Amino acid sequence: MKIVVCVNHVPDTETKVKVGTDGKLIDPTGVNWMLGPYDEFAIEEGLRLKEKNGGEVVAISLGGDTHKETLRKSLAMGIDKAVLLKDVSVRDSFAVGKALADAIKEISADVILFGKMSIDYYDEQIPGIVAELLGMPSVSVVVKMEIADGKIICEREIEGGHEKVETKLPCVISAQKGLNEPRYPSLKGIMSAKSKPIEEKIPQTIANRVEVMEMKKPASKSGGKILGTDETAVKELVKLLHEEAKVI
Amino acid sequence: MKVLVFAEQREGQLKKFAFEVATAGKTLATQLNAELEILLLGSKVESLAQRLVGFGASKILIGEDERLNQYSTTAYAKAVADIAKQRNANVLLFSASQMGKDITPRIAVKLEAGLATDCTALKVDSGEIIATRPIYAGKAMIDVKVTTATKIFSLRPNVFTASSPNGSATAIEKISLNFTDQDFSTKVVSTSVSTGRPDLTEANIVVSGGRGMKAPEHFNLIEQLADAFGGTVGASRAVVDAGWRPHDEQVGQTGKTVSPSLYVACGISGAVQHLAGMSSSKFIVAINKDKDAPIFQLADYGIVGDVFSVLPSMIQEVKKVTGR
Repeated sequence: MKIVVCVNHVPDTETKVKVGTDGKLIDPTGVNWMLGPYDEFAIEEGLRLKEKNGGEVVAISLGGDTHKETLRKSLAMGIDKAVLLKDVSVRDSFAVGKALADAIKEISADVILFGKMSIDYYDEQIPGIVAELLGMPSVSVVVKMEIADGKIICEREIEGGHEKVETKLPCVISAQKGLNEPRYPSLKGIMSAKSKPIEEKIPQTIANRVEVMEMKKPASKSGGKILGTDETAVKELVKLLHEEAKVI
Repeated sequence: MKVLVFAEQREGQLKKFAFEVATAGKTLATQLNAELEILLLGSKVESLAQRLVGFGASKILIGEDERLNQYSTTAYAKAVADIAKQRNANVLLFSASQMGKDITPRIAVKLEAGLATDCTALKVDSGEIIATRPIYAGKAMIDVKVTTATKIFSLRPNVFTASSPNGSATAIEKISLNFTDQDFSTKVVSTSVSTGRPDLTEANIVVSGGRGMKAPEHFNLIEQLADAFGGTVGASRAVVDAGWRPHDEQVGQTGKTVSPSLYVACGISGAVQHLAGMSSSKFIVAINKDKDAPIFQLADYGIVGDVFSVLPSMIQEVKKVTGR
């Protein structure tokens, strides 16, 4: 089975986000970067599919040299091959998706895995874009999946519950938390990842379809009211919720 | 110019946020001097179409096919794209619901349209649509514009207000759809409901519990308070990871993002990753023993106290008001 996992290198969740000097992008000073947390579920699922079905897992990432850190972590977890689509220009989701689709087209993948979203831009677009460009079905926000005889049955999250979706390979899957427990890279994995090659390709320039005009911090909330320290404050709280906030 | 709003229905029920998007669509259409049409897909959905009358659309379009009674990513995406082309829609609006987020990227590629997802504001500036959306878990916002001729926006649920129907008439038109079996390459085979309570992303009131609840059994206080409010239950990552609550209750950076009218955080300290999931709530109440808990910085009202004495009394007081 040929499995592709797309991964991103993103600011870690503790980052204190500041607007950079161009007013449109994050100020990279002091930011610690990591493999996207949702991408880890995708990598783990890819590894499990390989363990069950044999074959190869390839990780792809689009970005600058710094993305190699994330690709090395993917290799350390057990990915067989890593590809860096080397480009530091500002790309929107379509431009990233198109570059990924072009690279994946050359691979004949059976399953293409993504994390459900990247925790920087929260777009949740790229898996669907790649699937549409490759003419494949897609299932997003997947918490369970079973492949048998070229068919795949997934369970995905919807409002208030789950739905079971059936489709066939090749397809694109985006992974939700709960799909699996990602493994920690073993020491052996970390050591061997250091010497595994990372193939570099230059992706085509593609016009962006969404342009950032300005990045700003949300308005900070002015201090709230502490109503008290015990259940006597409750009567006042409920009164405020009813009369001032009008939520009940 | 034409704005096309996709009104989501599931299992024969119109989603609450369908009305939010219809209202936002009307506002946008007015600002752009454009026509508004509302699209409903499904099987036997004519009665649902009636509920969309009075939102200012010139037409409500029904794309009906027996096979659409269950959701299909590929079929729904194809139907919307085909209809958008037929109707010459320039702007498409969806809710950033699970369905909306699932089909919009595919529709965007089909229409060669740029897509801005999960927008919390839309405005028109010199004829240009500027969308605001949260990024980095809400720690920042970006104003974006879509540069393609056809533009698609998905709106975060529970942020835009739904108006009530204004009594104006709207024509309803059935659109015929042409499907091949290929179009149904993804098929929903069954659905299951998690709880009787509203989904976190749709609820008006969320009562959430964290590690300060001390043990899974104590979440019955959270559930009782949620029921007293007629709301739903949320949880911090810590208690989900500890196995006390299911993942679909998790609020936060690696859980759900919610924007209810009221968010009550009980025994939750307010780690940055949790705040990311609920900071756009309209009113926030925090109950925590620790006066220095970061959650109090974000809360509109706070009680620095023991959840075990505050919650029972809150349940009583809320019931008096809500009558539940």
